[in-house]
Amino acid sequence: MFMWFADQVVYQLLALQPDNPISESLHFFIMDVTKIFFMLVVIIYIMGLFRSFLSAEKVREYVKGKSKIAARLLAIILGAVTPFCSCSSVPLFIGFVEAGIPLGVTFSFLIASPMINEIAVVMLLGIVGWKITLLYVLSGLFVAFFGGILIEKFRPERWVEDYVWKIQMGQATQLAQDDSLSARHRYAQAEVKEIVTRIWKWVLIGVGAGAVFHGYFPQEWAESLADKNNFLAVPMAVIFGVPLYSNAVGVIPLAEAMLIKGVAIGTTLAFMMSIAAISLPELLILRKVIKWQALALFTIILTISIISVGWFFNFIL
Amino acid sequence: MFDVKILGSGCANCKTTQKLIEDVTEENGIPITLEKVEDMAQIMSYGVMSTPGVVIDGKIAHAGSVPDKQTILSWFKSSCCPTDDNCC
Repeated sequence: MFMWFADQVVYQLLALQPDNPISESLHFFIMDVTKIFFMLVVIIYIMGLFRSFLSAEKVREYVKGKSKIAARLLAIILGAVTPFCSCSSVPLFIGFVEAGIPLGVTFSFLIASPMINEIAVVMLLGIVGWKITLLYVLSGLFVAFFGGILIEKFRPERWVEDYVWKIQMGQATQLAQDDSLSARHRYAQAEVKEIVTRIWKWVLIGVGAGAVFHGYFPQEWAESLADKNNFLAVPMAVIFGVPLYSNAVGVIPLAEAMLIKGVAIGTTLAFMMSIAAISLPELLILRKVIKWQALALFTIILTISIISVGWFFNFIL
Repeated sequence: MFDVKILGSGCANCKTTQKLIEDVTEENGIPITLEKVEDMAQIMSYGVMSTPGVVIDGKIAHAGSVPDKQTILSWFKSSCCPTDDNCC
């Protein structure tokens, strides 16, 4: 369907000749952009409907008082399906602490939430196919699970800002909520509108960059990263990825170009995860609740976990 | 007069929410006093963990996303004359 549409636009409407690099890139660009926007609208809408049943406050109630393993699994799954605006990280963190949820579990949640989200999944499905999407989601869950456990070993409690422990959460009455299907439909619609207006330019830039990189990804980079027996390729990709900040959306087309150029899957996955999971703005926001030692620990442990995942996939695939 | 509080640390979504509430109440001639709550301890005291949150007359109307206009209108409607769809 999207192929047909791109064919129509490029070869019929613009009457460009096939087999020429410009029309090929344009064809690629139009096909990817229409496909991604279509999937974004559909999936955000469905997730919006689903999420109108779920809120951060409910997540806290579910996770509270569970055994540690159950709490961690729940926190990760809920973190993956509920992308919160990063400005909510602080109240979320405090709310979790106040509910007596272990810090390690809270960190698992904070890792899973930005790394796995429906937008990244849509982009991955549309661009690199379901197999790599599944690998990405599974390794994200894995990193969140064990990253949280590792962080816990360092007793991060001592690095939580004092005021956090003092905050008491209250409970105000709720105004009567409109639970009808039409209200949920409106909620989902508002989500689609909000997210698409926020990220459309990133999609265009990302796909555009991907289209350009299709032709111009520097061959030397590709070669040094491509060899999966090159042990240093994964750490290099991760160290390169950590300071780069883009939402997962912008980086996926780049990942596609890397894969096409023959960069190993583990290396590419590690690169994507490092960009999505570790971001300076997010760290700065978290600095309001935890001291820099905890932030450093968070960054180091995530980096190590992501590198291990990259090596693992390069090894088994 | 409705007492409306917007809970949030000043992120883009909070500003959008504030603007929407101002627009809706103005269009419908609903009198409100608007206050922004940015202090974390105070936000948490309402039991709200995801911002932006909206509190009307001490009750939580909304949390965690930018509400749409119809939803905003419904908060004020239910408080003044719940049965009449054409009022407010």
